[in-house]
Amino acid sequence: MINVYVPRDTTALSLGADAVADRLAREILQRSLSAQLVRNGSRGLFWLEPLVEVDTPQGRVAYGPVTPDDIPALLDQEMLDGSNSHPLCQGYTEAIPYLQSQQRLTFSRVGITDPLSIADYRNHDGFRGLERALTLEASQIVDEVERSGLRGRGGAAFPAGRKWRTVLDADSERPGQPWSGHKFIVCNADEGDSGTFADRLLMEGDPYVLIEGMVIAGLAVGADTGFIYLRSEYPNAHRILTEAITRAEAEGYLGTNLLGSGRTFHLYIRLGAEAYICGEETAMLDSLEGKRGMVRAKPPLPAHHGAFGQPTVVNNVLTLAAVPTILAEGGQAYADYGMGRSRGTQPFQLAGNLARGGLVELAFGVTLRSLLYDFGGGTESGRPLRAVQVGGPLGAYLPEGHWDTPMDYEAMADAGGMVGHGGIVAFDDSVDMAQQARFAMEFCRVESCGKCTPCRIGAVRGVEVIDRIIADQDRTDNLALLQDLCHTMEMGSLCAMGGMTPNPVRSALQYFPDDFARPTTGNEGG
Amino acid sequence: MQEPNINDQDDRMTQLIEQHQHLPGALLPLLHAVQQTFGYIPHTTVPAIAEALALSRAEVHGVISFYHGFRSQPCGRHLLQVCCAEACQARGSRELVEHTRQKLGVDFHQTTADGEITLEPVYCLGNCATGPSVRIGDQILGRVDPAAMDRLLDDLTRVPLRFQSQPMTPETSDTKRGAQ
Ligand SMILES: Cc1cc2nc3c(=O)[nH]c(=O)nc-3n(C[C@H](O)[C@H](O)[C@H](O)COP(=O)(O)O)c2cc1C
Ligand code: SF4
Ligand code: FES
Repeated sequence: MINVYVPRDTTALSLGADAVADRLAREILQRSLSAQLVRNGSRGLFWLEPLVEVDTPQGRVAYGPVTPDDIPALLDQEMLDGSNSHPLCQGYTEAIPYLQSQQRLTFSRVGITDPLSIADYRNHDGFRGLERALTLEASQIVDEVERSGLRGRGGAAFPAGRKWRTVLDADSERPGQPWSGHKFIVCNADEGDSGTFADRLLMEGDPYVLIEGMVIAGLAVGADTGFIYLRSEYPNAHRILTEAITRAEAEGYLGTNLLGSGRTFHLYIRLGAEAYICGEETAMLDSLEGKRGMVRAKPPLPAHHGAFGQPTVVNNVLTLAAVPTILAEGGQAYADYGMGRSRGTQPFQLAGNLARGGLVELAFGVTLRSLLYDFGGGTESGRPLRAVQVGGPLGAYLPEGHWDTPMDYEAMADAGGMVGHGGIVAFDDSVDMAQQARFAMEFCRVESCGKCTPCRIGAVRGVEVIDRIIADQDRTDNLALLQDLCHTMEMGSLCAMGGMTPNPVRSALQYFPDDFARPTTGNEGG
Repeated sequence: MQEPNINDQDDRMTQLIEQHQHLPGALLPLLHAVQQTFGYIPHTTVPAIAEALALSRAEVHGVISFYHGFRSQPCGRHLLQVCCAEACQARGSRELVEHTRQKLGVDFHQTTADGEITLEPVYCLGNCATGPSVRIGDQILGRVDPAAMDRLLDDLTRVPLRFQSQPMTPETSDTKRGAQ
């Protein structure tokens, strides 16, 4: 029996993977072929989706992008034997340069296994980290994470080990509090940044690695309960995670007696409801508690006063998913990747107008240019690349002069950018950077939690001022006003929503000033 | 969409409250369940929710209005969300939005006159390398150019509700409401 793989990942599905799988199943039946369909995760080579793979003795052979109508011809031309005669054949999957030149640690299984099969997960080194963690003292687990140099992958890059140590040391006895005695692990799966999809790809393609990472975090800090705060914009991830949790419970990887150890860890999913600010950890905690997602002033830190007032680890999906490898292979093995104070690998996400968009996991230190051209293949439109936004909607728009900066937390910060969650959004030369600056303010206006005036009112004014600049009304005065406004937002905002919205606005002004001085067309645009 | 029958609504609410009220931080899961059931969160359900969770009605309203994902008004038979975030902009979503508005004759947050389609923006569906992205129910579509949008709208509106056999299966009604 030959395995044929068709991904069940959102991007593959968005391009018709279900119809491809249906057609394939039908043809296999009609032709009485000895083959079975496996719905895997995506390899993250999105320009080839739907990517169909076939097992051969020499490894998997890839075909893509496949439409249902390609299936008969592919089968006629011996796809099931791994034949390369059809033009959609991409050769051995692992030999596709985009994939071959990556360093996949966190994503080592994604696209390879059936995401819901615990047997698959185990056969590909799954749960080794957890098994080791169960033999260690809590503080030894934290030692291992500290040794790895792992920093938070959600944006702020705070050392994960240090956060865990704080929660481990925190006293959870809160007399009179309903949750006294408990600590929590909260996984931030709100992935709100445009241009990022690594959390989603991982949750859909290898949910058990996140579950394993959260259980290990629980053992490390003494937490018995975890929540995954998942954005509601991810219905497919929701389905897959829900099923994975049910199966993990049934097989003793979650629940009251973890692998017979007598230890407990319960895991629940909570859905967000379309509010970008709920990705900010304290707003997320309020939302988790059933409130409006308002940002809390810090201190107290979530590590001391987190979910339901108890000591809480809040970590991004990718931070937690890096932990099983760190426990299985040792912190040092992870720290051997990377540069400077950025250790390990970062899953970069190539998005927007690129010929080869997708997931690229690499050690820190690769340049933006290499990601854009060697991996991304330049624009999909064929026009010149012009601007690149790195690190989400609060990140700067960088022009070509900055593309040789290595992707490293400190180096990017020195260049006025940020790695953030590793999202890279590319624009060709048809982009109007004044409109992009306007959108940054508009997004802040729509998504502000409303707690501080500079953010709430500043964003409204920001949109108006940029509109006046675009319409060429008192341009000089309004440009000065916009700079003032950016300064006020930066200085007077409680969180990065208001505080960093100036990044994309100012970088657009600084690097693309001509776009703010275009002749007016009377068209106010989107 | 019709107002739910009040007695049915009370019965369903009793069930939903029983299923959710003991969860830690029960309000959001309960609101999601209510919206999934009725297609929106009817004002008439707020008192029961508030009472069950020992909150004031104002608090419950405050939460509903804070989140873009909760609706206190019914929407059209289909909820069509078009991604308006940067990576989709880089792939033509601004043009797609314009085209869709014109084609439907509505702006964002509005429903077509025939009650078929409510148009909403969404800020990222995690499909950022193959946008413009669109969500319809629990389905996400990629590379949606204006021609693909026209085909989608044709498909969605081909079978008007009044000609469909009743009752709708739970699955299709979920898809239509686009609720979570
Ligand atoms: C406006 C705003 C939005 C954020 N959105 C996210 C998000 O979607 N996902 C995420 O993991 N972190 C997000 N963060 C960062 C979190 O506040 C927090 O730093 C992170 O969850 C901590 O986990 P980590 O240390 O593993 O990165 C956001 C921060 C801000 C200010
Ligand atoms: S900066 Fe904006 S989003 Fe952040 S706390 Fe203030 S008002 Fe809320
Ligand atoms: S920006 Fe549209 S799907 Fe991410």
